[in-house]
Amino acid sequence: MSRLLQALFGRLPIGWLQLTHNRTRFAAALAGVAFANVLVFVQLGIMNSMGAATLRPYDFFQADIMISAGDANSLSDGGNVARQWLLQAMADPDVVDGMGLFMANVPWDRGEKDISLSTFGVDPVKPGFIGVQIADDLPLLQVQDAAILDRLARGLAKDEAAAIRPQTPLAFEAQSRTLVAYATFAGGGGFGGDGYMLVSDQTFLSLFPARSSAAPDHILLTLGRGADVDTVVARLRSLISDPSLRIRSYADAAQDDLKYQQTRRPTGIIFGFGVLIGVLVGLVIVYQVLSTDVADHLREYATFKAMGYGPRFFLSVVFEEALVLGVMGFIPGLIVGTAILTLMGKITTLPLAMSFSMAVSVFIGTVVFSAISGAIATRRLAAADPADLF
Amino acid sequence: MEHENILEAKGLNHWFGTGDVKKQALFDVNLTLKRGSFTVLMGPSGSGKTTVLTLIGCLRSVQDGSVCLLDRELNGASEAELVALRRRLGFIFQAHNLHESLTATQNVIMGLQVHRGVSDADAQRAATHALGLVGLSDRVGYLPGNLSGGQKQRVAVARALVGNPALLLADEPTAALDKESAAEVVDLLKRMGAARGMTTLLVTHDNRILDRADRILTLEDGRIVTMEDRG
Ligand SMILES: Nc1ncnc2c1ncn2[C@@H]1O[C@H](COP(=O)(O)OP(=O)(O)OP(=O)(O)O)[C@@H](O)[C@H]1O
Ligand SMILES: [Mg+2]
Repeated sequence: MSRLLQALFGRLPIGWLQLTHNRTRFAAALAGVAFANVLVFVQLGIMNSMGAATLRPYDFFQADIMISAGDANSLSDGGNVARQWLLQAMADPDVVDGMGLFMANVPWDRGEKDISLSTFGVDPVKPGFIGVQIADDLPLLQVQDAAILDRLARGLAKDEAAAIRPQTPLAFEAQSRTLVAYATFAGGGGFGGDGYMLVSDQTFLSLFPARSSAAPDHILLTLGRGADVDTVVARLRSLISDPSLRIRSYADAAQDDLKYQQTRRPTGIIFGFGVLIGVLVGLVIVYQVLSTDVADHLREYATFKAMGYGPRFFLSVVFEEALVLGVMGFIPGLIVGTAILTLMGKITTLPLAMSFSMAVSVFIGTVVFSAISGAIATRRLAAADPADLF
Repeated sequence: MEHENILEAKGLNHWFGTGDVKKQALFDVNLTLKRGSFTVLMGPSGSGKTTVLTLIGCLRSVQDGSVCLLDRELNGASEAELVALRRRLGFIFQAHNLHESLTATQNVIMGLQVHRGVSDADAQRAATHALGLVGLSDRVGYLPGNLSGGQKQRVAVARALVGNPALLLADEPTAALDKESAAEVVDLLKRMGAARGMTTLLVTHDNRILDRADRILTLEDGRIVTMEDRG
């Protein structure tokens, strides 16, 4: 380390020698940086997994354009869309096909714990709208009260889920009906529900008699080959006379949902703040360590000033210290952060994990913010007046 | 052509404080240091010795009068010029001011590294050599915390001399040392100064040092009152 820094800075690694001179203080400083890193990792991990969970149900379907109610910020909230708009949209030359998508939560009594399945009602003869991982099983839904179940749903035992096949279906009671699951897919518990389920639109309407086939939650459209999505969206906006409807490309709808969850919903805001607080804690810790270190060595620094060392030298010493703290604090932070995220993922069944991009961005952030703290800490150096040495 | 005088100060006045507390510390100080000479500056406490040293050492800005150091005028010089000039000086302070986290060798290297373009190996060699000259060959890897007061001050001497300064400024370098160590350090300064053709200005209260001086200046209340040439 000492050699490396010597080569890097082209001088004695004074920062390193100074930091490591007091072992206990150095260890405490590293622990502080690691702690801030863990804080950021956990918050970021939760935020990322929230993002992944938000985008997850969009994978179950395929479409180019989605029409939703004006207040529908995600697949699962907002009002209905009149089916007549589907027929209107089909009049556009580039729109090839359309499907109404129904969505509601179905409670499932699992004995010790009730779970809630986010349930989608789809047209069982339109596999083009269904994600590839489910499309093959779609015909199974043509049977009344058939379901395709999320095998990752919370509360559903692994072997129980694995046993579900068309030959060995799983029957269960929900909404005072007997549903029969003939197949499964990998959904995954989100922050909103415990798992997912797909049924036909007919089954959906039997589960929810109050809902009408004339008013699905969303309308999905697919376009012909070579059609420009944005152009068609613009055309549909003028074609459909209800200005309150949200007509967006399917991809935009997913991204809008993500942004909404992260910036408008309390959970998203809380974890965003968590990241900010982690960064601030790290900033304060590094600043505190470096400025005490500068204050403790004012006499030595004044001596160096008298000897003819300029401001750039002192800045580079403090940057060196910031780099050492950032790099060496990051390593335990990464290890502990990964362990905590893995453990939390196991307990909550949320997709919580350390990712490479997260590690890289936190590392860069740590080094950059350490350097900023260091630059602030050097302001104390002005107090080192070599004329006071004699 | 280089001057025979490495330093010429003329009509030097200096004040501390402003307004009501403004107080003049130096009055019309004139002084020259001949290249290679060993000059001792004496005087009672508060007479202005340190003030003279800090002005010559480019550690304070000259307020009034002229100081010509190594053919540069210090009055009105920029901070960058002063820093550059300081690199050609050697300082020894009353306290050793060594860096506690650096070994003896590393401390000495700091005196050399201020000059750009010294390779690590050269710096290492020069530092070891300088420590050998002050009799600390067997202490090169020691941290200051493990050295005695006299040894620390000798490391400080090595640090001041390793860069071959043109002028060495020392302010009571022996004040914190016992008699033997003090004599040792002064002998060292005198010997090494002579060997390297270095000019030395040394502030001291210590009468034993006077025998070694080429010139003795006495300050009183900010004025030079006597100047005695020897040898
Ligand atoms: N930074 C300062 N601010 C205000 N007054 C100062 C300052 N430094 C020195 N003085 C004053 O200037 C005068 C000369 O001080 P100086 O330190 O040069 O004396 P000295 O001869 O070195 O004394 P000593 O032998 O005690 O070190 C003293 O009256 C002192 O009080
Ligand atoms: Mg003094």
